[in-house]
Amino acid sequence: MNEVDPKACPITANHIKVALVGQPNVGKSMLINSVSNAHLHVGNFSGVTVDKTEVLFDYGDYNFTVVDLPGTYSFTDYTIEERVTHDYLCAEDYDIIINVVDSTNLEKNLQLTSELLTMSKKVVIALNMSDEADKENIVINAEYMSELMGVPCVRVSAVTKEGIDTLIDAVIQKYENPRNKPKLVFSEPVEEEIAQIVWYLDKHKFESVNTYRNIAINLLKNNKKTYATLHDEPIWTELQPILIEASKHIELHHDSDDIKEAFAEEYAAFNRGVVAEVVQQEVRKNERTLTEKIDSILIHPIFGIPIFLFFMWSLFQLTFEVGAIPMEYIDAFFIWFGDTLGATIGNDDIRSLIVDGIIGGVGAVVLFVPNIIILFIGIALLESTGYMSRVAFLLDGFFHKFGLHGQSFIPLVTGFGCSIPAYMSARILKNDRDRLLTLFIIGFMSCGARLPVYVLFAGAFFSPEMAGNILFIIYISGALLGLGAAKILKLTAFKGVDEPFVMEMPKYRLPSLKLIWHTVLTKTMMYLKKAGTYIAAASMLIWFLSNYPHNLILEETYDTKISIAQDAHQKIVLEHERDEALLEQSYLGSIGKFSEPIFAPLGFDWKMSVALQTGLAAKEVVVSTLGVLYSLGGDVTQDSNSLMGAISKNISFASAIAFIVVIMIYLPCLAASVVFTREAGHIKYFFYLLAFTSIAAYVMAFIAYNIALFFT
Amino acid sequence: MKTLFDCHKACIVKVIKLNTKGDLKQRLISFGIMKEALLEVLEHSPGKSTIEVKVGKMNIALRAKEAQMIEVEKI
Ligand SMILES: Nc1nc2c(ncn2[C@@H]2O[C@H](COP(=O)(O)OP(=O)(O)OP(=O)(O)O)[C@@H](O)[C@H]2O)c(=O)[nH]1
Ligand SMILES: [Mg+2]
Repeated sequence: MNEVDPKACPITANHIKVALVGQPNVGKSMLINSVSNAHLHVGNFSGVTVDKTEVLFDYGDYNFTVVDLPGTYSFTDYTIEERVTHDYLCAEDYDIIINVVDSTNLEKNLQLTSELLTMSKKVVIALNMSDEADKENIVINAEYMSELMGVPCVRVSAVTKEGIDTLIDAVIQKYENPRNKPKLVFSEPVEEEIAQIVWYLDKHKFESVNTYRNIAINLLKNNKKTYATLHDEPIWTELQPILIEASKHIELHHDSDDIKEAFAEEYAAFNRGVVAEVVQQEVRKNERTLTEKIDSILIHPIFGIPIFLFFMWSLFQLTFEVGAIPMEYIDAFFIWFGDTLGATIGNDDIRSLIVDGIIGGVGAVVLFVPNIIILFIGIALLESTGYMSRVAFLLDGFFHKFGLHGQSFIPLVTGFGCSIPAYMSARILKNDRDRLLTLFIIGFMSCGARLPVYVLFAGAFFSPEMAGNILFIIYISGALLGLGAAKILKLTAFKGVDEPFVMEMPKYRLPSLKLIWHTVLTKTMMYLKKAGTYIAAASMLIWFLSNYPHNLILEETYDTKISIAQDAHQKIVLEHERDEALLEQSYLGSIGKFSEPIFAPLGFDWKMSVALQTGLAAKEVVVSTLGVLYSLGGDVTQDSNSLMGAISKNISFASAIAFIVVIMIYLPCLAASVVFTREAGHIKYFFYLLAFTSIAAYVMAFIAYNIALFFT
Repeated sequence: MKTLFDCHKACIVKVIKLNTKGDLKQRLISFGIMKEALLEVLEHSPGKSTIEVKVGKMNIALRAKEAQMIEVEKI
């Protein structure tokens, strides 16, 4: 096993389709990763997986399709991502359910299990995290549990891979054999009512694929679908009074006016019974768990937030300091590579396309890979240790004042990596208004692709000791601007009542190096792949637009001027003047010159204006555009080859500040805009976002520019 | 009537009633916050705006407003 054969054919006779269901954060995605060699996103907080994903693999004589579903606390459609699971389980076709549960918190996990058992599906229970259970001295008697529940229960660990084979064998066995009845029993009054309804259905020989017991339970639970199907049946008129009477009895028995609550209590009682029978644990009274000890520091009412800010600051400090070390070599490599390759190419145009266009553009983006890697490591640590939920906890009060939901923090932090998954993860917010508001704010969290622009400018205008702080300030002020924007939107466009905030705080886990490595590697490879394809193509296009059309007359005038020039210095000056003049009359130059007046109040020259426009495609393109434009044009002093040098010489401090502000606020890249529109649900929201971010960016940049001018 | 919101840090209480309806009630129940459940207050965030409680083996964060909906009694 452990092999994913890309050709694994799902449409053979020996095909088993498995739905993986469980509460959030129990290790469903990780379990799939350990049976196949998929690399699904794993993180230590609720709501990592927000969409269904299929993974194929072969085992023995069987082809498996495993569907990873978002975690769900109970069988409801509370949030969008839970709806994905709910709808999948109700409407799609699959053979068997693997219910993944957390062995260290069995009682709570079984709440969902008992709901699954009332569906007419084959179920296998995976008692995951058995390694953690061992450490906590929790012993589960899996055989006895299988007997009590009437479904196979297998101890597994997605981390150590213990029991994985046994689990798959159990699935195959269950698949090959007919479904037996799970042994979920209710309290006596409920069983009586069930029996009565079953008896009634039996009397009328009611036809159904579901068992009578299932129908009875669903009816008693007020299941909408079962109601709808039975509503049109002739027996309904007689059945209804029986049902009403039965519900009354149950509610009376539970001293509650809510039948769902009554059933939850029924399940809880059954589960408590099971847990008491099968779980052995040394009870240690009053002893704090490690998580609680760590929490007493990290979410301390006074020190919690300063500690968080310190972590953030350190991350950006590292991003700049450590990231700068390999930068020199990468830069030198691309210059050497360009020169060496350029020397072998005879044709001037082709050489320029390859050296200045492609290598220049891609090199400018690849240069920042070390910074990006450090940022990704930071985010991966935040996600996988469990600290993420703590920060959401700490910031909820603060966020609340700005009209944001505490859980918005999760998509917002994801946004520091890339906006696309961030837009997706906003699904964990239940309320549509909260979700839309969060979607609008995500763009203010500067994504990884903007980091290169910041590093470039911070490095060009500040000393290396300060640059890290500047990065930190940029990110924080971006986030603060986002909060301000949230407040404005909440007061105007997204008015409404506040949604409840209830969130699970997972225990702290030490992430394995392998996990961090895979997460960071996947993201970095994506960045590099983008640099090699999309950015390379964009660079070529930019090169073309900045070299054509040729203006022969202009070229000749300058060439004669150069040939009659007196000394070498004057020659060089004239050459640069020529290059600059040629660039200005190119297509790109015309676009830039055309839009220059719009950006003039912000102090941007035409090259910066162009870079902002190409940046709409992808933020990395900003850097590669600047790279191409400043390497083609007149770099007056030839002592510095690097883009950083060119920028600090050609751009004023105030313009640079304004430029950073625009990058911080304006529209995210094309791909992200598409995802935004999809998640928001309507194209009109895209236009709102466009208008909102453009106006905000322009106004804020204008203010920043004038303040900076005043001080310089 | 005493609610979870009135409890101090480190106090242990028993749930009597959930004064809420619909989705939120379902969610609380699926977290194990239901009648008879024991809750322990672990931590308050700055300004007591958010509260962390322990239910069974799980830690849950909820806002002051939600905590006020959970009627409890001291044990
Ligand atoms: N010790 C231990 N940790 C595990 C095991 N399985 C998963 N984890 C950790 O549990 C956390 C959650 O894992 P995920 O696979 O993301 O959980 P999920 O069920 O897919 O979560 P959602 O997608 O949010 O529903 C991660 O931090 C994993 O490293 C296990 O068997 N043992
Ligand atoms: Mg998952």
